[in-house]
Amino acid sequence: MPRRHRVSLGARALLTALALATAGSSAAAQARDSVSHQGTHGMGWGRETFVLTEVLEYAPAGAERPVLFDVIAWTGGASRRLWFKADGSAATVERATHGEYQLLYGRMLSPWWDVQVGARADLRAAPGANASRAGAVIGLQGLAPGWFEMEPSLFVTTEGNLSFDLTASYDLFLTQRLVLQPRLESTFALKDDEAFGVGRGLSSTSFGLRTRFEIRREFAPYVGVVWERGYGRSAELARLAGESAGETLIVAGLRLWR
Amino acid sequence: MSLSRRHFLRTSAVLGAVVSVPSTLRTNEPVSAPAPGLPPLDRAPNGVREYELTIAETSLRLDGRSARATTINGSVPGPILRFREGEQAVIRVHNTLSEDTSIHWHGIILPPEMDGVPGLSFPGIRPGETFEYRFAVNQAGTYWYHSHSGLQEQLGHYGALIIEPAERRGPAYDREHVLLLSDWTFENPYRVLSRLKKQPDAYNYQRRTVADFFRDVGRDGFAATVSDRWMWAGMRMNPTDIADVTGATYSYLLNGQVAEAPWIGQFAPGERVLLRVINAAAGSYFDVRVPGVPMTVMQVSGQPVEPIETDEFRIAIAETYDVIVQIPDDRAYAVYAEAMDRSGFTAAALAPRHGMVAQLPPRRKRPLLTMADMGMDHSAMGGMDGMDHAEMGHEMPAEPSAMATDDEHAGHDMGAMESASALRAPGTLPPETPHGTDAHGVGNAMVPMSTKSRLDEPGAGLGDDGRRVLLYSQLRSAAPYPEFRAPTREIEIHLTGNMERFTWAIDGVPYDQAAPIEFTFGERIRLTMVNDTMMNHPMHLHGMWMELENGQGDRSPRIHTINVKPAERVSLLVNADAPGRWAFHCHVLYHMEVGMFREVRVSAPTGHEGHHDAA
Repeated sequence: MPRRHRVSLGARALLTALALATAGSSAAAQARDSVSHQGTHGMGWGRETFVLTEVLEYAPAGAERPVLFDVIAWTGGASRRLWFKADGSAATVERATHGEYQLLYGRMLSPWWDVQVGARADLRAAPGANASRAGAVIGLQGLAPGWFEMEPSLFVTTEGNLSFDLTASYDLFLTQRLVLQPRLESTFALKDDEAFGVGRGLSSTSFGLRTRFEIRREFAPYVGVVWERGYGRSAELARLAGESAGETLIVAGLRLWR
Repeated sequence: MSLSRRHFLRTSAVLGAVVSVPSTLRTNEPVSAPAPGLPPLDRAPNGVREYELTIAETSLRLDGRSARATTINGSVPGPILRFREGEQAVIRVHNTLSEDTSIHWHGIILPPEMDGVPGLSFPGIRPGETFEYRFAVNQAGTYWYHSHSGLQEQLGHYGALIIEPAERRGPAYDREHVLLLSDWTFENPYRVLSRLKKQPDAYNYQRRTVADFFRDVGRDGFAATVSDRWMWAGMRMNPTDIADVTGATYSYLLNGQVAEAPWIGQFAPGERVLLRVINAAAGSYFDVRVPGVPMTVMQVSGQPVEPIETDEFRIAIAETYDVIVQIPDDRAYAVYAEAMDRSGFTAAALAPRHGMVAQLPPRRKRPLLTMADMGMDHSAMGGMDGMDHAEMGHEMPAEPSAMATDDEHAGHDMGAMESASALRAPGTLPPETPHGTDAHGVGNAMVPMSTKSRLDEPGAGLGDDGRRVLLYSQLRSAAPYPEFRAPTREIEIHLTGNMERFTWAIDGVPYDQAAPIEFTFGERIRLTMVNDTMMNHPMHLHGMWMELENGQGDRSPRIHTINVKPAERVSLLVNADAPGRWAFHCHVLYHMEVGMFREVRVSAPTGHEGHHDAA
């Protein structure tokens, strides 16, 4: 029962996050309108709302034929932003989803870096195996020397489990519109969390190579290959659950922003 | 084939090289006949010249497509307003828009309440209202006018303002044409700004690619190429970042027309033709030439200079240049204006008659920024090899290490008050100066190691192909100004920004958080501008002339707009003789909009009520 209770807590956190993000975006739209009608120059940065669907893809040959997503959104000015992040997958062979959702407050730390703090809820739904966990996150988001997009973060769950996540990507311009993006996501945990298949130590990595074509900067279909791999205790947990510890996925998707 | 189509094909062949692209054939495009040039200006009754201007949202055709523009009297650009020096100008502006509007008279010395800046000069012109501008015209030359409200200028709200001297002076010309350059986008300008804030290089389709890498390896070797790439990437700077908004969305216009269906100006062989060139663009610099014909520069910012012959000049946003061309032969020539980043161009034709073909020159490759644009130690730039480049990249304090407090800014903002005796002689160049400790706040991307005068440099992408390029350092006022005094105080301001977040500011502080810059009436200010960014910024001061200290002493040219190059230090002398509240800002519309803007307050003369006391 306590687990079920946490599911509803997690769902409520997620709904709150979505409501805040929506409210933020409509407030930003109003702010923009008032600027455009006031007619005075040099107001300052103003507010914007940005939504980037970095990953929205289908892997037809995967065991679960999953749809994978990684969305990042912010609303606010140049130095203070409210962030929302969603990263996960949904199987299409059965009703099974897995997602990590974060609502964060971010402040500019340097020209290229924001520091972010907030809440994270992980939700896992599968036949007979629902699970959820929630906790606090502190992380960085920004651009490292060399034009690497980096997103390191620390996650501590309400049960005291600590893990470190790192997402890093790089855009290599093959032509002015054809972009090859290597992208690494990895998790390092201090303790096992069996419900989430997370094992102690370097738990998992996902390395993707995606090639997108920017028809417009905001609209880029892509194809790619993703190597997912669990390690050590995580790999063991996967095998116990009758899954393979690693998978290579051919993906096709869309990268979108607005 | 209809008559109009044949007519179009015949006339558009004036720029044959462009028209050979089939997609540019638009039979419904009206084609203008060659313009004869400005007629002689009649006498204004009682010395008062009146204009009625109506601001409206109008559907018209631009670059062959249907466009919704913000027009003045129905056209883009608006009408050419002409005056004679000594006249009284009465201009009634009717606002039929559903939002506020305004007109600023760029480069005109007038009372502050007539300057047309909402929030500083006046409240703006409300929808449905009419505002009557009234001012004495006490100067001559080529100027322009434009909206100072929001991003209306990007939508076509601009026009030429030409003032004849009270009596004809200076070298004669037989004919004059106004050439007004601008940029047009079919996107909503607020959407353009929003895209820039979210992905600042959204309009850059001239990045260095993998193919460029291998080409450079072949040319410079692997180690040098890798270290060059690492130097830029290590600083998170892009050497192809020449313009924020590019030909990817812009149609470049000359007198409202594109090269595919060009504006055509008439001349007779042997005539001296005065070209009054205005850059009314929102986000584009142009490099202007008449291929095959030398140009003689006569005026800059509407002010006469000693004539200089040149092949090409760069016109920053909001600048105005008068040049004279003399074409001996009976054939057509192009006036060719390439965007600074080479992402596009516009052109007009000069032709004795209808139906002649002018050759367009080949397009040039986009330039790259260099180490000089980052303020690398200029003296050490000599014989460095690739490895040294990389090391210098690391040494450069590109990322400010500490948060600057507001206190630090307050001290810096106003500059150090120095005694007159400590200031160098007027009209001389500023010395190369290492950057101070103030990194201009946590969001400022770059602090150059040192800054120096770059007035003798042609700028990125110019001067390396054998053409003569006009330099700021060459400009000499046609006559010395009667009172060329030493400055009494120096104010140093830094142009700052962060291209990744698209934040542009002065001293790291955007306009909405900044205190005004205070001038005391009667002061002679040395206004020193230091560009701590890697972009060019065309800085414009309202209400007062700036005398550009370019090493020409008392012949320092008087200007309304100065282009400040990356990592440049430039100084200008300003007589604080115009009490009131004035705007001072970058004329890249999107830089101004996000905060690269200041109020300059000139105090009232002692014993008088000041204009700004009401504020």
